[in-house]
Amino acid sequence: MKTRSWLVAASVADLLFLYLPIAILFVFSFNASKLSARWQGFSLEWYAKLFTDQALLAATVNSLIVATVSTVLAGVLGVLTAVALERQPFRWQGAFEGLLLMPIVIPEIMMGVAMLLFFVMIKLPLSLLTMIIAHTIFNFPVVALIVRARLRKLDPRLEEAARDLGATPWVAFKRVTLPLLMPGIVGALLMAFTLSLDDFIISFFTAGVGSTTLPIKVYGMLKSAVTPEVNALSAILVLVSMALVAAATWVQRK
Amino acid sequence: MSTIQLGGAPADAPPKPTFPWLIVPPAATLILLFGVPLALVFAVSFASRGTYGGIEWAFTLGNYTSIADPLYLRIFWRSLWLAVLTTVICLLMGFPLAYVIARAPTRWQGILLFLVIIPFWTNFLVRTYAWMFILRSEGLLSTVLSALGLTHEPLPLLFTDAAVLIGLVYGYLPFMVLPLYAALERLDPSLIEAAWDLYARPFQVFTRVVLPLSKPGVIAGCVLVFIPSLGAYVTPDLLGGARSMMIGNLIQHQYLVVRDWPFGSALSFVLMAGVLAAVLYYLRAGGARSL
Repeated sequence: MKTRSWLVAASVADLLFLYLPIAILFVFSFNASKLSARWQGFSLEWYAKLFTDQALLAATVNSLIVATVSTVLAGVLGVLTAVALERQPFRWQGAFEGLLLMPIVIPEIMMGVAMLLFFVMIKLPLSLLTMIIAHTIFNFPVVALIVRARLRKLDPRLEEAARDLGATPWVAFKRVTLPLLMPGIVGALLMAFTLSLDDFIISFFTAGVGSTTLPIKVYGMLKSAVTPEVNALSAILVLVSMALVAAATWVQRK
Repeated sequence: MSTIQLGGAPADAPPKPTFPWLIVPPAATLILLFGVPLALVFAVSFASRGTYGGIEWAFTLGNYTSIADPLYLRIFWRSLWLAVLTTVICLLMGFPLAYVIARAPTRWQGILLFLVIIPFWTNFLVRTYAWMFILRSEGLLSTVLSALGLTHEPLPLLFTDAAVLIGLVYGYLPFMVLPLYAALERLDPSLIEAAWDLYARPFQVFTRVVLPLSKPGVIAGCVLVFIPSLGAYVTPDLLGGARSMMIGNLIQHQYLVVRDWPFGSALSFVLMAGVLAAVLYYLRAGGARSL
């Protein structure tokens, strides 16, 4: 059956709606004008300014630290969860699965509020550490879901065959199941890394003085005077995101 | 006992756990660092505000009853209304795109899906900022319109409910397209052909065949768009004006500006109840099996 032309037209309109605003930011990040909405010639000035902005560089470093550490922690906890849920049934599994979905389902603002309240109550000063804890909590259920989906598609007989050939449970897991899970795990980690790097709301509630991350910094720039540097920074962030999705898609295809 | 067990456990019994402790680290982390904080918010929502903004542990229902204040009720209604409107617009916009992707040749499917996924991975602040740049009074749209001679003074586009709506639809459209695509991709094209052969009109094909068969995707997409729209903070904060506050902004305001944590906690719990109601509806509608 032929797809109707008005459906195609509507789809093209949707994609334009999704991409035009981003494309506009890209184009105007090279605009020489300080009054950013009029085109006054090509310039790399705003990019140059970004790379000399010390506060921005510090925020970038903080973001990378938080994203890296929380991704590693989320990876370990997430894989453990996926394997336990799928292969090691336990009591109250249903209740645990419900709780596991909560960080994904509840509004980010609620998560931010709960974390802030908790850290204040246990008198843990807000810092990179509190942010890492919060990011790990919202990321590890995501990793668990993705890895579990992959695990469910694996044939359990592969691991059983290894056991029949005399492998211990741990060796069978390490040599058979884990390599087969790897594309799913790497894809999940890239996703967690991106979520952490992009998170604003939860970071906003759990960041302390001196632990400003890139999104918090961007938010500050947007709330004060919007300068052309924001366009340049946005363009870079969009490119980084695209590279991460491309990597994740490529890895998961295997 | 008359039953005799032969050859050990039956073959279809669940495998005996070899590493029963695997779940302990994640379960402990989740309960301690997520369950406890949530419980704290719940407890604090029944406490009173101290004189200097702290928490006084005197039980009260006052935080919940003060939500009935018309001022706050209006914010709740606006949030609900904007979230419903966002969901409907996303559904109307997302359906054609999901349908076209599902019917496209395999090679194109991958590329089109990739195009829908990219915005989902792109920084939300940046995507919201793109609309600030376009809608600002000295922004792109105003500049273009006045250059064309269509307007003579800056347009009040930014800081309106319309801007918030555009931002929400822009932010959550991919959430609608992906589950819709998953449902439509599984739809057998021969069923649509059969409808044509039986002289169904285009509208009937849609309402009697396509829509019922893609219902799980519609429900999943609607829930996935409704939930973040209802709890939105960034979009109304950046694109909306002082009068476009949504629940998320009210909670942030109570927590970080007014420092009335008990009232902020009560607000968060009412918001969460709304979200969980949407999730329960989704689960009861059998949506979970579609993903």
